[in-house]
Amino acid sequence: MATTKKKATGILMKRSTGDYIFDTINVIIMLLLCLVTLYPMYFVICASFTKNTYLVAHPGAVFYPVGFTVGSYKLAFSHPLLLSGYKNILIVLAVSLPINIALTLFCGYFLASKNVLLKKPVLFIIMFTMFFSGGMIPGWLNIRSLGLYNSLWALILPGAMSVYNSIICRTAIEAVPDSLQESAYIDGANDLVIVFRIILPLIMPTIAVLLLYYGVGHWNAWFNASIYLQDNEKLPIQNVLRAVLIANSNILNAAAAENDQVNEFAESIKYAAIVLTTVPVLCVYPFLQKYFVKGVMIGAVKG
Amino acid sequence: MTIGMKKREMTLSHKISRDWKMNKYKYLLILPVLVYLALFCYKPMYGLIIAFNNYKPTRGITGSDYVGLMWFDNFFNNIYFWRLLSNTFTISALSIVFGFPAPIILALLLNEIQNDKFKRTVQTITYMPYFISLVVTCSIIKIYCQENGLFSQIIEIFGGTRRNLLIDPSAYRPIYVLSGIWQNIGWNSIIYLAALSGIDQEQYEAARIDGANRFQQMLHITIPGILPTIMILFVLRMGSILNVGYEKVLLLYTENTYNVADVFSTYTYRVGLEQKQYSLSTAVSLFNTMVNIMFLVFTNWLSRKTTESGLF
Repeated sequence: MATTKKKATGILMKRSTGDYIFDTINVIIMLLLCLVTLYPMYFVICASFTKNTYLVAHPGAVFYPVGFTVGSYKLAFSHPLLLSGYKNILIVLAVSLPINIALTLFCGYFLASKNVLLKKPVLFIIMFTMFFSGGMIPGWLNIRSLGLYNSLWALILPGAMSVYNSIICRTAIEAVPDSLQESAYIDGANDLVIVFRIILPLIMPTIAVLLLYYGVGHWNAWFNASIYLQDNEKLPIQNVLRAVLIANSNILNAAAAENDQVNEFAESIKYAAIVLTTVPVLCVYPFLQKYFVKGVMIGAVKG
Repeated sequence: MTIGMKKREMTLSHKISRDWKMNKYKYLLILPVLVYLALFCYKPMYGLIIAFNNYKPTRGITGSDYVGLMWFDNFFNNIYFWRLLSNTFTISALSIVFGFPAPIILALLLNEIQNDKFKRTVQTITYMPYFISLVVTCSIIKIYCQENGLFSQIIEIFGGTRRNLLIDPSAYRPIYVLSGIWQNIGWNSIIYLAALSGIDQEQYEAARIDGANRFQQMLHITIPGILPTIMILFVLRMGSILNVGYEKVLLLYTENTYNVADVFSTYTYRVGLEQKQYSLSTAVSLFNTMVNIMFLVFTNWLSRKTTESGLF
């Protein structure tokens, strides 16, 4: 599309002075936007390698690591809560993602199927939860009454399926030609076989999108853990980061009171912790960007 | 007549048995989804009863005394009610006024870039903040807002005085809205770029032959082309005008800024989970949810009437 447009511009009209001015300003705006977007990330990386004394004295802009040191990272890795935070979030991801994908796939398959008597009421039951919910306190009381309080299951089960994602999944399944399912039926396959042997392999790109949506969601979540968990050792990575960032937090002091290094790196360990929690997401991001984008577009066509 | 009735009944029961025979595995597949929704979505809805009774944890949801609309009365006559309403509305309205057009403008500007490689790079970079967690975003904001932080330095360059911006009530809303734009502008522009790529290119060629310049093309072809998309997203956004999420506010506000920052959802959190007034908190959030649904239905109706595109 873009190439045809370019050609057309070349053939049909010469670019006027106004066009040049507009293009230049446009490019400058875009460059500024990139700068504003990237600088905070660059700042954090530089600050994490900077000497603590410098950060305390100059809390403003940093353009390169002053007095290069990796001490804050050493301290971060020796922090017992940070390691347990990684462990907990990995457990949550390992258990959640298969559940998330299974439920989303089943839901999408049901909503995409035709000639099912109870499809309309089921669709209503599912969609209703998008607009109405019990809210914070009834949800919290529910977790307690189910006996999930202070357990990692409280981070896994309440978000086991997102209705929005299952609509994305339905759209993908609807794009699979009906004839494939019909011929499988004639060959004697039941729905279970069709879902796992025919549908699943065909919508793998969408499944990848959903895995990423759910995965990033779990990785960045912090609120549920802060109200459903009591023990510090069970906190996932974002909540540990939050504790580290609130310098006078009891959690940090209690966990590292015996450690003399804490004061020496009190400021720079914050930045190291930010880098360590953000890098895993940003590392996979460039490779998966096209999938993310695809997911947004599928979601957009649902109407 | 009786025969006809019987025939219809027969067909109904026949229908059911045939449906079961054909679709039993489909029902088996949807069963875990329904169990999940029952346990984690509908059971909490049943818990909303506590907004109408004096909930005591020892007596349970149904065992507590019924008090009617006492908690709602209590809340509407609360000194905080008007503060919460105006804060929630103002923050949301500011986010819409500045945050809603931002990705549209970005998409329009990106659309005008001729160099595909540059365009893709800008896209990759601007999508990135969306994947950074709120904990990280807010902590970077807090670092910048310190008395000697980056923002204070910038303010000083432009002739202001250095101060801790986090405890300055007049700085809270700009920080909230601008950081929201920073985080979401790229990601939210994707959907508009998708809509832009669906516009028929021949229209542009025709316009160029007729002598339309690029600004005119944008005004008369591009913007009408993506208007349905804009309207649907606008309806969605307006529907949540009294729905300011608590996560970011909880991470950003301080006691000094409660006056301008406290919204329904954070009040729900503080009253419910910190002060343990479960019933009052539930009443507040139920009120908030109902108002949101009313707004959604209303804006959807308005959009259907004016542009014939809507959500439902």
